[in-house]
Amino acid sequence: MSQIDFDVAHVLAGSLVLISFLELYQDRLYSLLNVYAAHALVLAASVAWQAFMQDAPHLYVTAMIALVFKAIIIPVALHRMIVKLGIHREIEKVVGVGMAMLAGMGLVALSMVVMLRVTQQAGPLAQEDLAFALSVVLLGLLMMVTRRNAVSQVVGFMSLENGLVLAATGARGMPLVVEISVAFSILIAFIVIGIFLFRIRERFDTVDVQVMDTYRGERR
Amino acid sequence: MTLTIVLVGAAFLLALAPLAVATGGAQASSRLIYGASLIVSAASLVASLAHLLAAAPPETVALPLGIPWLGAHFRLDALSAFFLVVVDLGALGASLFALGYGKHETAPGRVLPFYPAFLAAMTCVVLADDAFTFLLSWEFMSLTSWALVMSHHRVPENVHAGFVYLVMASFGTLCLLLAFGLLAGPDGHYAFAQMRAVHPSAAIGALTLLLALLGAGSKAGIVPLHVWLPLAHPAAPSQVSGLMSGVMTKVAVYGFVRIVFDLAGPPAWWWSVVVLALAGVTTVMGVLYALMQHDLKRLLAYHTVENIGIIFVGLGLALAFRAYSMPFAAALAFTAALLHVFNHSLFKSLLFFGAGAVLTATGERDMEHLGGLIHRMPQTAFVFLVGCAAISALPPLNGFVSEWLTFQAILLSPQLPSWGLKLLVPAVGALLALSAALAAACFVKAYGITFLGRPRTPAAEAATETDSWSLAAMMLLAALCLLAGILPGLFIDALAPVSSVLIGARMPAQSGMQWLSIIPIAASRSSYDGLLVFLFMVASGTLAAATIHRFASNRLRRAPAWDCGYPDSSPATQYSATSFAQPIRRVFGSVVFQARESAGMPPPGNTQPAWLKVELHDPVWDYLYAPLAAGIGGAADRLNRLQFLTIRQFLTLVFGALVILLLVVAVWS
Amino acid sequence: MVLIRDLAIQGAQMLLVLLLAPLFTGFVRKAKARLLRRQGPPLIQPYRDLLRLTRKDVVLAESASWLFRVVPYLVFAATWVAASLVPTFRTGLLFSWSADLIAIIALLGSARFFLALAGLDVGTSFGGIGSSREVMLASLAEPAMIMVVFTLALVAGSTQLSTIAAFMSSSGVGLRASLALALVALIMVAIAENSRIPIDNPATHLELTMVHEAMVLEYSGRHLALIELAASLKLILYVSLIACLFAPWGIASSAAAVPALAVGIGAYVGKLAIGSLLLALFETSIAKMRVFRVPEFLGAALMLGLLATLLLFVSGSF
Repeated sequence: MSQIDFDVAHVLAGSLVLISFLELYQDRLYSLLNVYAAHALVLAASVAWQAFMQDAPHLYVTAMIALVFKAIIIPVALHRMIVKLGIHREIEKVVGVGMAMLAGMGLVALSMVVMLRVTQQAGPLAQEDLAFALSVVLLGLLMMVTRRNAVSQVVGFMSLENGLVLAATGARGMPLVVEISVAFSILIAFIVIGIFLFRIRERFDTVDVQVMDTYRGERR
Repeated sequence: MTLTIVLVGAAFLLALAPLAVATGGAQASSRLIYGASLIVSAASLVASLAHLLAAAPPETVALPLGIPWLGAHFRLDALSAFFLVVVDLGALGASLFALGYGKHETAPGRVLPFYPAFLAAMTCVVLADDAFTFLLSWEFMSLTSWALVMSHHRVPENVHAGFVYLVMASFGTLCLLLAFGLLAGPDGHYAFAQMRAVHPSAAIGALTLLLALLGAGSKAGIVPLHVWLPLAHPAAPSQVSGLMSGVMTKVAVYGFVRIVFDLAGPPAWWWSVVVLALAGVTTVMGVLYALMQHDLKRLLAYHTVENIGIIFVGLGLALAFRAYSMPFAAALAFTAALLHVFNHSLFKSLLFFGAGAVLTATGERDMEHLGGLIHRMPQTAFVFLVGCAAISALPPLNGFVSEWLTFQAILLSPQLPSWGLKLLVPAVGALLALSAALAAACFVKAYGITFLGRPRTPAAEAATETDSWSLAAMMLLAALCLLAGILPGLFIDALAPVSSVLIGARMPAQSGMQWLSIIPIAASRSSYDGLLVFLFMVASGTLAAATIHRFASNRLRRAPAWDCGYPDSSPATQYSATSFAQPIRRVFGSVVFQARESAGMPPPGNTQPAWLKVELHDPVWDYLYAPLAAGIGGAADRLNRLQFLTIRQFLTLVFGALVILLLVVAVWS
Repeated sequence: MVLIRDLAIQGAQMLLVLLLAPLFTGFVRKAKARLLRRQGPPLIQPYRDLLRLTRKDVVLAESASWLFRVVPYLVFAATWVAASLVPTFRTGLLFSWSADLIAIIALLGSARFFLALAGLDVGTSFGGIGSSREVMLASLAEPAMIMVVFTLALVAGSTQLSTIAAFMSSSGVGLRASLALALVALIMVAIAENSRIPIDNPATHLELTMVHEAMVLEYSGRHLALIELAASLKLILYVSLIACLFAPWGIASSAAAVPALAVGIGAYVGKLAIGSLLLALFETSIAKMRVFRVPEFLGAALMLGLLATLLLFVSGSF
């Protein structure tokens, strides 16, 4: 494995982190979906490159699944859902963009420290890829925590899933069976969430979680 | 020999104090006192500079004053010589300035006795070689400066400032007392020579660092112990403000360096983490506070906090490099910090003197009542501009050199193996860069609102130029700023003996570099040539001017301002200090200070004026000092009940104390 | 002999940058016009504008001071000195050791400091708008730029621009994640510093959308010519910086002979052409941001630069 292979893998993983930051920066739903599509695209490229480097053809299938489902089908479907439900297209934030970015920086630093300490025995490429993957997971969680719109929380969950896939391919790949089952479970979760969103919106006329909190029956 | 000269000078200054009391506040005595201080500081400056440049061995003297079995030890080594140069240069400038400014003093009898005593006290702190002399001189320095802060005691905010200053100074001395007590050990080795010989344990070293940071740091102005600084520095007369901001804070830095780098033995790596974290916060908070001010002197005082942060960043890096045995990197960081000490004392004194000149010319300290002074006070405006450019770290002046050296030290830090430092140092670098950019914004505001534009009040319109003594002092300092920026190699080489003594290494000799550039690490890595940059700028500017004037047009005519076709004759429509800072207040202040603006507009037909209210909350005061003061007040109220006990209850207390002491004796022996 | 040759090359670099700057601006304007389906001004129009302005009288406001008259020369001198130190067709310039990348940024910072002061000098509210917004943007753009400098210095082991450019054009650099982040941050900062859309509109006449234009509103005649020339120089400086750091193909090394220099100049002009097309494309495809969205934009650039530096501190192979 020459230096250029390492470097391309790093650049792709780093771009994934960059796009996660870009997702934190968005405040409109359509642009968020476009950024998420780019996220999935870069993930597909990264998995394909790993397949090329590790000489593991089943990872090409993973890359195809990521490309078709996550980069094309899911964003288009979410786009349609937004139009159909008439969800307002601005994302309310709990903390401002600056604070969210600072918190994101701290999370990246944390994942660097943890991964580069814990995985001492792995090779350098795997170590650094895992560090980037953990950053993507944490940034996805941060997005879910700091956004009030249910659709944006779904997108955060999806980018978290992307980070996990990156980690799994970096650790010398998963068997295809596991990947297919994971992909289908995502699809099921997505359908369930979609149905729930429809029902919620029918019932409450909104998908803003703060409004829905008042119906929880607990006094705060 | 040098030490004797300096000590005699200090004694002479001390003797001037009762003389000033005796002669009251006469005009001639004011000239006499300031003139004598000028001469003594000049002599002391020459002597200590000679000692520093010659890299002479340390001189000691022990006088039979003070505690009988200890005496008073004084020592002049390279570190003391450097800080003595800083103190004396500041004193020289202040005395020269005060020769002219002292004429306008309304209460000279309250200022003149304490001024030479203050100078003598600062000299003695820098020369002290045992804990008792150090602490005595330190307290004397605090007390004399407190008296100077309280010199205009009829103004209520000065009284408040003096009170806060006294409380914080006492707290600082208490921490230093405990620190020296820890270093002296159970056998009471109060002389510094004895402390140097014994290396304290890790726990004692850690406690000493924290106490030194609290004690010396509160005098220097580290956040959150800085609260007294922006109250006390503006309250004092202007020559004393310049001394307090430019020189006394540096004496506090000297105290920190002496304890942590000299007496406390080899540092642990985590000491640098504490220092760097505090320093980074101090830098940004200081400049953000400064941007919110519209009182010129308060702005300058808060800005001192920022520069102290920059100095402590350099010192923190030096500690980190020293802990990991990287002596050359430590020498670079240490030299950067000390160079900034020198540079800051120059331009901060200059700026305070300029503010003093503006105050005497217009009677106003508030920027929102000034404006257009560049036409009425042209020379003061010019030197103030040099000071503003220097403090904003613009090449080719001196502020840029120390900032550049600190950045070079930060770029050496990836070699540090500790994880905490690997994550902290880039963050501190970002904070440093942020504060440098904000400082430039702050001084565009300070200079632009005060000196440029049109006068906002009749007082500003009636301003006249200051007297020649004050101008001479400011021009001297401005010339030194330019010199230190163009020929930084000389100043770096002068600092070499200090870092050799304390760090054990020094930066490469700069005097032989081609074209007088400075090369801190290696030629392939980085270099800077202030002189060449300056010459290039002058050459290209003159070339452009000459070409255009010769070949194109050089005609000029005056007309009313364009203002997009709607010129307004009222100077109230131009930007004020508050409006200039509004974008930055909105971006940074809404988070840090919870800055909120509200406006009230009367309905049409109502002739009342509209109002704009800006609300700022000081987070340090609200979350640290206010609860602390409330807690102390509450505890004091509870304890107050002890005053009203009956005789029987008092006797019970005495009886109880006696029984407990006897129990302790019984159990312990 | 070598000294004379190096001196000549440094002088040629200074002259080249000065002469190409208005052409670059003209090219960008023409490209933008064509993208908007207009004819656009001729390519040499900026030269004509500058000559026309220098021949006119200066109309000075009554409340302007000596600082107002000196600032255009100061700003031009600082920007020209900075621009002559950025390698365009050859690395290893003669005076590159006198000011490294941090000093170049500080020189641009001092130009901005004095321009902001000039905005406040006449005492109108327009100047105040420009100066206050400009220093707010600078307070975020400058640290972001310094973080980019740190990243480059940590990768190349030096802060001198010629050394960094030589390192980037050698084969030892590879494709690095931190450099990718630094590139994105540098492009964001370059757009902000040169007052292009989406930060500021260089062709605006509405004070709601002004930052740079508001500061120089009162300037006329030869003063305005110098300030416009300095703005063009700053733009070409940033484009040359991005080109020599991230697209260093064709740049001649310091020991090159004359044919390599000719190739270097040709490559440089080609990079400028591509850069101007990309800039025009970017400016016509995006709308100008609200003023208080810009700190978020620049804050993101600062975070990216900080992330790149952090990655390099953590491990040298990032």
